[in-house]
Amino acid sequence: MDKKVMVDLLYQMLLIRRFEEKAAEMYAQGKIGGFLHLGVGMEASCVGAISVLRPDDYVIAGYREHGHCLVRGSDPRLAMAELFGRMDGLSKGKGGSMHFFDKERNFLGGTGIVGGQLPIGTGVGFAINYRGGDQVCLCFFGDGSVAQGVFHESLNMAALWKLPVLYICENNLYAMGTALSRTQSVTDIYKKAEAYGMPGEQVDGMDVLAVREAVTRAVERARREKIPTLIETRTYRFRGHSMRDPAAALYRTREEVEEWKKSDPIVQLWDRMSRDGTVSDAEYKEMDKEISQVMEEAVRFAEASPEPPLEELLTDVHV
Amino acid sequence: MAIITYREALNQALREEMRRDPRVFLIGEEVGVYQGAYKVSQNLLEEFGPKRVVDTPISEAGFVGVGIGAAMVGLRPVVEMMTFNFAIVALDQIVNHAAKILYMSGGQFRVPMVIRGPGGPAVQLAAQHSQGMESYFYHVPGLKVVRPSTPRDAKGLLKSAIRDDNPVIFIESETLYGTKGEVPDDEYTIPLGVAEVKREGTDVTVIGWMGMLHRALEVAQDLEKEGISVEVVDPRTLRPMDTSTILESVKKTHHAVVLEAGAGFAGLGAEIATLITEGAFDYLDSPVVRVTGANAPMPYAKNLERAKVPDKARIIAGIKQALAV
Repeated sequence: MDKKVMVDLLYQMLLIRRFEEKAAEMYAQGKIGGFLHLGVGMEASCVGAISVLRPDDYVIAGYREHGHCLVRGSDPRLAMAELFGRMDGLSKGKGGSMHFFDKERNFLGGTGIVGGQLPIGTGVGFAINYRGGDQVCLCFFGDGSVAQGVFHESLNMAALWKLPVLYICENNLYAMGTALSRTQSVTDIYKKAEAYGMPGEQVDGMDVLAVREAVTRAVERARREKIPTLIETRTYRFRGHSMRDPAAALYRTREEVEEWKKSDPIVQLWDRMSRDGTVSDAEYKEMDKEISQVMEEAVRFAEASPEPPLEELLTDVHV
Repeated sequence: MAIITYREALNQALREEMRRDPRVFLIGEEVGVYQGAYKVSQNLLEEFGPKRVVDTPISEAGFVGVGIGAAMVGLRPVVEMMTFNFAIVALDQIVNHAAKILYMSGGQFRVPMVIRGPGGPAVQLAAQHSQGMESYFYHVPGLKVVRPSTPRDAKGLLKSAIRDDNPVIFIESETLYGTKGEVPDDEYTIPLGVAEVKREGTDVTVIGWMGMLHRALEVAQDLEKEGISVEVVDPRTLRPMDTSTILESVKKTHHAVVLEAGAGFAGLGAEIATLITEGAFDYLDSPVVRVTGANAPMPYAKNLERAKVPDKARIIAGIKQALAV
């Protein structure tokens, strides 16, 4: 694979990791409030998939969506300012962690209702066909969403109407604190695709190259043949459901977490690139240092950004 | 002016807007091949084809969400609810998504979408198919709610709703689809958020919409014979509410009666009564009277159904209570 692409994948995953680590730090300092759901450990899934897209394609996701927004190209400074609830945030501080939106980058949120994005992403696919374009929409959700009625409704309509939508289930094995085997009668989510007459594929969600490959195939099918696909990326979050679930100890064992950390997507890719000489130790360290500076700058920017003026309370409603 | 039915007026509005703007499409259950459960979309499939008149599976949350997604990226969907009772199935998509996306995105994404269909008390359809539905929506910031009572209003307001950049809840009525009225021959729209005095009077202001409005107009005629002059105000849009037209009328008549077909508790009647109290207290000669539906689900039995919704006798009693006569 092209060295430049590999380096970029590594960069994007590390950028998201450092962003979320910084967010956790700021949360601990009380600078970020509310719910903060981190996807540390899950970076390969959004980076591998979204790296395939063109700028005119669309992405929609749930509430664990920082990574999806950043890899789409959103400015980490604006993302951090959003977490701080400041005027320069992506959504002027009115959305917060669960509601990142970036219209310029066709990033459509950011919903806090489990599965709520599924029919909306389906509608984006409908609009693409209506206008006669060859774009695609990537609709991300977790394994918890699969239990919602809109999952069924959306996949049925997408297959029925031949919509260019990829339904990407980021299966981190827990719907909040309830294990997959306790929420799903069939735990291989990709198999559900067969019931809708669409292709389904399971992929190692800790391997960014594997995700990229599977999504590349599915995107081509969607662009050329208008065939939707259900992709299940098997992944794992190293942290709890949110910052209010720091230990995540009630529903999974320390051993299980440690076992999954061995397949850390960033370490995996870095090892591989280091072995075949794509990136030297010095280059990796330089990259990490550069990203750390980006995060320091993001925090400075967020701190300096003003709170939204009070008139913002009543703007953006009934335009 | 042509005299047409309420159903035809809606059909004309849809047809004209779909001709005017290629981004407008109609989606919902039975809107195409079946021509609409209540025939509002008659012959639209023939003219616009299946791309723009889209039959859906019975998936209310799903196809409302499809409308939201399409609207976010530049289309202007009209989503038909076969009856608004089924919109409760899609309430998460309407309340938590359609209404809030503009705000949550800091003004980046608009959802210009109309959700329309019949709602309100019908005839012997029982509890799940016959109820005042507007109350589920007008509480929500971000939604506009329209209740058109005549063919002329139905057409003019639907055209405005389709051109509006916000999600608009547009609730029609099974019992009004067959009613007739004058509709201008030339192109026209009626702005959202503007009430209309449907009958001028001097003694008491009665505020009502849909079936209640028509009952109030009948009552006004009856009471004229008794020497009572009733002014009837139709809000037409329930959110945003045109309070100034209501207050002006009350300041003139000094008495107010609010009609509401749905259950009275925490209903819009309570809100309008409060608006009048806050905005025209010094002009009132008596407390605002509410005449509302019973606080019970809609029964099937004819006699119970009649008792559930305010009839002419109860409206007259309410007016006489306000006037202390």
